Amino acid sequence: MIPSVNDPANSSDSGIVRSRTSNSSRKGLKWLALVVAPILLSGCQLPGFGITPGVTTSSHKVYKLWQGFMVTGLIVGGFTFVLIIFAAVRYRKRNDEIPRQTQYNTLVEVLYTVIPTLIVAALFYFTIVVENPEVALASNPQATVKVVAFQWGWRFSYPGNPSVNVVGQTTQNPELVLPVNETTRVILTSLDVVHGFYIKDFNFSQYALPGVTNRFDFHVTKAGEFQTQCTQICGLYHSLMYFKVKTIPAAQYHQCLTSATSGDSFVACANGTSSLKATVRPSATQGVPVHHG
Amino acid sequence: MVDTLERTTAHEDDHGHGHEEHHGPGGLLNWLTTTDHKVIGMNYTVTSVVMLLIGGAFAMLIRAQLTVPDGAVVSLSKYNELFTMHGSVMIYLFAGPFAFGGLANYMVPIQIGAPDMAFPRLNAFSYWLYLTGSITMLLGFLTASGAANFGWVGYAPLSNAVNSPGAGADLWIGALILTGFSAIFTGVNLVATIFYLRAPGMTMFRMPIFTWNMLVTGILILLAFPVLTAGLVMLYADRHFGTHIYDANGGGSPVLWQHIFWFWGHPEVYILALPFFGMVTEIIPVFSRKPLFGYKGMVFATISIAALSTGVWAHHMFTTGVVLLPFFSFMTYLISIPTGMKFFNWIGSMWGGQVRYTAAMLFAIGFLLTFLIGGITGILLASPPLDFFTHDTYFVVAHFHSVVMALVLGAMAGIYYWYPKMTGRFLNERLGKLQFWMLFIGSMVFIMPGYVLGLQGMPRRMAVYIIDPTWQNLNIVSSIGGFMIGLSTLMFAVNVISTIKAPKTAGPNPWDAHTLEWFTTSPPPHHNFYSLPNIKSERPTWDYFHPDAPALIHDDHDPSHVPGGAKADAK
Amino acid sequence: MKAEARLLIFLGVFIGIMGIVYGIWSKEWGGTAMLIGTGILGVFPGLYYRWWSKRIGYRPEDRDATMEEGAGRIDTFPGSSIWPFTLGMGCWFLVLSLVFGTWFAVVGIPVVMFALAGGTAESRRGGDPAGH
Ligand code: HEM
Ligand SMILES: [Cu+2]
Ligand SMILES: [Cu+2]
Repeated sequence: MIPSVNDPANSSDSGIVRSRTSNSSRKGLKWLALVVAPILLSGCQLPGFGITPGVTTSSHKVYKLWQGFMVTGLIVGGFTFVLIIFAAVRYRKRNDEIPRQTQYNTLVEVLYTVIPTLIVAALFYFTIVVENPEVALASNPQATVKVVAFQWGWRFSYPGNPSVNVVGQTTQNPELVLPVNETTRVILTSLDVVHGFYIKDFNFSQYALPGVTNRFDFHVTKAGEFQTQCTQICGLYHSLMYFKVKTIPAAQYHQCLTSATSGDSFVACANGTSSLKATVRPSATQGVPVHHG
Repeated sequence: MVDTLERTTAHEDDHGHGHEEHHGPGGLLNWLTTTDHKVIGMNYTVTSVVMLLIGGAFAMLIRAQLTVPDGAVVSLSKYNELFTMHGSVMIYLFAGPFAFGGLANYMVPIQIGAPDMAFPRLNAFSYWLYLTGSITMLLGFLTASGAANFGWVGYAPLSNAVNSPGAGADLWIGALILTGFSAIFTGVNLVATIFYLRAPGMTMFRMPIFTWNMLVTGILILLAFPVLTAGLVMLYADRHFGTHIYDANGGGSPVLWQHIFWFWGHPEVYILALPFFGMVTEIIPVFSRKPLFGYKGMVFATISIAALSTGVWAHHMFTTGVVLLPFFSFMTYLISIPTGMKFFNWIGSMWGGQVRYTAAMLFAIGFLLTFLIGGITGILLASPPLDFFTHDTYFVVAHFHSVVMALVLGAMAGIYYWYPKMTGRFLNERLGKLQFWMLFIGSMVFIMPGYVLGLQGMPRRMAVYIIDPTWQNLNIVSSIGGFMIGLSTLMFAVNVISTIKAPKTAGPNPWDAHTLEWFTTSPPPHHNFYSLPNIKSERPTWDYFHPDAPALIHDDHDPSHVPGGAKADAK
Repeated sequence: MKAEARLLIFLGVFIGIMGIVYGIWSKEWGGTAMLIGTGILGVFPGLYYRWWSKRIGYRPEDRDATMEEGAGRIDTFPGSSIWPFTLGMGCWFLVLSLVFGTWFAVVGIPVVMFALAGGTAESRRGGDPAGH
């Protein structure tokens, strides 16, 4: 979770890398750096290619990684696409002559082995740079929440206050409350089958596995409400296994947690209301009333 | 009844004479007793195309359900059965058997100049296992509790007796055991045939590239399928004999199932893909009138795909939190290199050629473009941080449909290319081209919204989804694409049916092709050949008909200096 | 046979090495066992073919050869046989017995035995080229 200096996605100073590449004499590497590095560094100006930066420190880095990958993918894919179309159109049948029967061209073959290798090497490198801090565990998280998935709902409990237990099933969204600008440790498991704990706005997901306890950290940067749901097929009501994430200022979070006497009162406090407005939803046959956003 | 085979050589004067037709039992009895690889190959092809239609019909229902957020075409539970059976039918009963049981069974022996598969009766047996396995899987719909409903991957513990009681799940397991053995026997047969029955001069590095792909596929089947079968036996034991192998409460491990499943499942992806790579690699050079560019490199790429494909399985398990992320990410990036190289072999084969836009060639180019999209998005998914937020969303559904729709395009390329060989009749080219555009555009319209939906957070395997106009519009577009694919399939059916009574006008070598199957009659006689040409390169038929145009090993050399060029045996 | 042997040995050794690296790094024994097992599955037949290739040298299909060099009898092939179908039906019933109960096995087991016996007998007869 701690931003590291060697994290290029986190640095807006493209000058450092540019000077590094200009010293490089190896042509392939230079070409590669010219394509990949500026993309990864100037991420902010690029479109999101379908995703948002999200609201955690990791999700921001993942966002930039995504942009870099998308640009690389579009360049490589576009190049190959154009070559395919060009070859098919330019060399369409013109007459009945037998064309030159070229079968090998060492230079070309070496090129199309080496260049892809360099590209994927760079992609792997940037993957590791983003992945390691994303899955690393902080030594002293300021908040902890236990998430237990079951058929078909979620239970969120907070070791900080044992009387706070938020449980919700398909007919009622449970709410997961997280503090802003603090590191929260999530302890995730399942009671029965595999479920998918996925939060789109965190650009993250992890399986809730029976018999396995997964741990990971979130460092939320923004207050808000995020609707989400289970992503791994878990039986009949898989499509209805929603939950909501609410992120609130850390001070309020801790104050609510200490004063709460039950899960309901905790969620109500986090929402700034005295009692919980239950979002009761009818069964699937009557429609799916959850609205996006 | 036993046939003993003598080999005869091609002399221009006796080409097309000299072997009386085979007389066996006719009609139904013929079908039941045949051991001829061509008849078995046909049976496989027809059965697997029927499976494509059945799996496609399920897909139409799925797409119909998803046109509205709270679709009521099917119930929640039926929906789960539908996507499970759609995925299972397509993967286990269509794509694999079509490739290695159908076209490979038919073509590989002919391509290497063999009279039949090495073990003809085993070959017949594997067809019967495949057919009965297919019936077994579909029987699930007729049972009271419905078909299997835990997804085509059958993750434990959802697939155990508590969460999925009922016969549907057991039928699914039984079907996979039957078709698994069927695949293993076909794998044995392919490998043995290629190792032992090649014609003189057909060295390993003169084998047609389709045969090479099938050899590697056969080996991969032998390496991967036993693992799945063992895993299924343990799953069955958990369900019925009280073992707790995949049960966390009993001291077992649900993740073990995922390891076993994907240890088979990833090689399976290549078992499905390699044959179709082989088909288009055969087709593109023929319709460019050029040799395959970088033949040897392509062979090595194929072998390294096989080697690496056993070491990437857990890229399907990145979000379990219990796998070694860097290892599997690294291996996945490695395997993308030989896969990517193939694109340049294909492009290089067209380069400087005379590209004929036949239906088969159009399908092959469509394969390249669609597979390119699947490949590029696969590179994205190989990065764990990016997989985390796309896993189990429609992004992944769109990714693998880019791949599998490419395989369908490849399958069509193969059918349009080899249909004249298998039946002696041409499919209608104009209808074929129309079908191509419908299928290709339909695939794009069907796939592209999925990428967007996935990134917006729509999970896969959802019978109903949240009310959001963007989501619904994207789903409607996707469904329109799906129905276009359905329509293209109808065109295909019409095309096939309308040729059934047509005259056999194809002749031995209508495409001016490269490999030995085009040296014999269409359809080939019993035991395949009246005579064979000498084999001096991987293009014996081409060399025979174009002795002045051998492949140029070194582009800048004079053809007559090429070692092993066809010049040497020009008559 | 040499190229064939090399192919299998390469695959087996590569997968085996991958298994060792994976095992040491991940300490996850399920995957390690599967990788090493798969490696062995590649190496063993590979070694067998290697041994075989040393004994038989280069066959006409392993070198530049004309069709005449391979002329003569290729092998004997069964023209048609009912046993694969019979065996298939037997196996189907066996599998159905896993789902619907033992009485399917009561049919399946005899059919399988019958088919195996019939098929074996047919192979023995098939040794002499009696067809045409
Ligand atoms: C005819 C065109 C096709 C359409 C319209 C289609 C549609 C779909 C849709 C919408 C899903 C997602 C269902 C869900 O997650 O709720 C799906 C899943 C799937 N499809 Fe297709 N598909 C088609 C062809 C194919 C082909 C050709 C293959 C394989 C060769 C295939 C293999 C799969 C698999 C493996 C799944 C995953 C099933 C699961 O989640 O367990 N599909 N298909
Ligand atoms: Cu779920
Ligand atoms: Cu995979």
